[in-house]
Amino acid sequence: MTDFNPRNAQPVVLETRNLSKVFGGLTAVNAFDAQVHKGEICSLIGPNGAGKTTVFNTVTGIYNPEKGHVIFNGNDITGHKPHHIVSTGIARTFQNIRLFPTMTCLENIMAGQHCRISSGLWSALFKSARQKHEERETRAVAESRIKQIRLWDYRHELAKNMAYGSQRMLEIARALATNPSLLVLDEPSSGLNPKETEDLMEFLTGLIRKEDITILLIEHDMNVVMGISDWVIVMDEGKKIAEGHPEQIYHNPRVIEAYLGSNDR
Amino acid sequence: MIEETKRIGMERFFGSYQSMFFITLTMFIIYPFVVSDYYIDVAFFFGIYALLGLSLNIVLGEVGLFDLGHAGFYAIGAYTTAILNTKFGVPILILLPLSAAAAALFAYLVCSPIIHLRGDYLCIVTIGMGEIVRIALINNPFNLTGGPNGVYGIDFPSFGGPFVIDSSIEYYFLIWIVVALSIYGLIRLQNSHIGRAWNYIREDEVAAGASGIDVRHYKLLAFVLGAALAGVAGNIYASKLMCVSPESFTFWESCLMFCIVLIGGMGSIPGVLIGAAFISLFPEIFRPFAMYRMLIFGTVMILMMMFRPGGAWPRKRGGIGFASIFAKKDVTDD
Repeated sequence: MTDFNPRNAQPVVLETRNLSKVFGGLTAVNAFDAQVHKGEICSLIGPNGAGKTTVFNTVTGIYNPEKGHVIFNGNDITGHKPHHIVSTGIARTFQNIRLFPTMTCLENIMAGQHCRISSGLWSALFKSARQKHEERETRAVAESRIKQIRLWDYRHELAKNMAYGSQRMLEIARALATNPSLLVLDEPSSGLNPKETEDLMEFLTGLIRKEDITILLIEHDMNVVMGISDWVIVMDEGKKIAEGHPEQIYHNPRVIEAYLGSNDR
Repeated sequence: MIEETKRIGMERFFGSYQSMFFITLTMFIIYPFVVSDYYIDVAFFFGIYALLGLSLNIVLGEVGLFDLGHAGFYAIGAYTTAILNTKFGVPILILLPLSAAAAALFAYLVCSPIIHLRGDYLCIVTIGMGEIVRIALINNPFNLTGGPNGVYGIDFPSFGGPFVIDSSIEYYFLIWIVVALSIYGLIRLQNSHIGRAWNYIREDEVAAGASGIDVRHYKLLAFVLGAALAGVAGNIYASKLMCVSPESFTFWESCLMFCIVLIGGMGSIPGVLIGAAFISLFPEIFRPFAMYRMLIFGTVMILMMMFRPGGAWPRKRGGIGFASIFAKKDVTDD
């Protein structure tokens, strides 16, 4: 891990410093330090209950950390409200899909553009020129995103009627519609069949190639982690226990121990 | 080819909706000239309940916040009108926006600290809020509200000039013009980013926040707008009855508004009109069975919940609904 690392040439997008989150007597995240560099796919892995999702929720403003800082593009965003964090450029998805079930696919994706809208109540009531322009813009972005995930034909279908795999993609599209510079995905491949997982991996690597975006993901499927990650961070019991390139992690004895347990326990 | 047939079919459908709309409108205009004063008043109270239903629909239907204290806002509007009119002689129609503003300000101050509560918790707090308003009115603070007797001698609506609304027909047109304007504004909001933001919050609050919607701001906005509309209803109600008293703003009144929205369909404007019609016209039609009124009402509510939980006219998404009468065709399909 000490040898030359081309990763360091890229600027840091997201950094957590000494991050801690406590629930009652349980320290879910304990002095967690991590860096995500620009343009990479960084995976956060670890056994169940390691605190991965808590890290995500702290980064995206759903939880307030007890200690430590979250730095995004050089700005301290610790404790900011979720909607504010979205507008600075971090968009996320959830482990259990959270769409707006009785709204159409297009409306779901339009939610992402909401943080870019500046017109208020009176503009909406009197249909000002700015409001009309922003509505068109919102629709255009949502339409291009729904084409990107190949669900154009279903754009007026209610989200709850969509297949599970399509719902996952819709959630990702909704996050992408916020024009994020960091996309945070919580177990994007869970519940997908092998073919859908393959498509997802292709989609994410394509995204990195085509757009100015960085991806941080939690993942349990080792094929995904090893297949697309540029960097892997391993957590156990709220702490970072290892990080490195996928191959390094694959052979790391501490990681194997965290997942499988050691002999002398 | 199929696209083309579909398009023509769609146009016919829209056409029929539009003609239905104009027939209803004509009937509304002719109605008061052909029936007796009594039935004009029935239609007036239908209008009041429609306005109250629309106001609660913003909070309950669009954002999904359980507000069982809406009569509190209604009372604030009515008492603002009553007190300012009887004590200071301010004309009623000038008080219309003022009553709305007073109710809105009250909603802002009261709801700011409780807006983060969810579901039943918010429901209980709003019940308390409504009851506190009513009890405060009974206790006659600063000798303003007249205690249990209320305030008497409220003027007919006017701007202070020669134009005075003093007959049933004129009241009928006043309330329905206000309802029509409110519906127009609410449809605008439904089709804008604000209406969508409200619906996102109703569907999933956490996901809405994580998609960039300022949940707190939009919830407060819903409460403030809902209260303002209830305040407007209070103003017209006070001048129609010429007196206000705390009995008109009980918990039962809040329940009725709740029922209007539930019967009609959450977030659906035509649904609210149907619900309001049911609540206000039902007791008139079934006057001979007055003693069984609650029995029938309860049975209907149970049957509704069992067989049509979405309401009588639920809002259709991305399809055809009342809203599309005003919307351009390319908005609903392209």
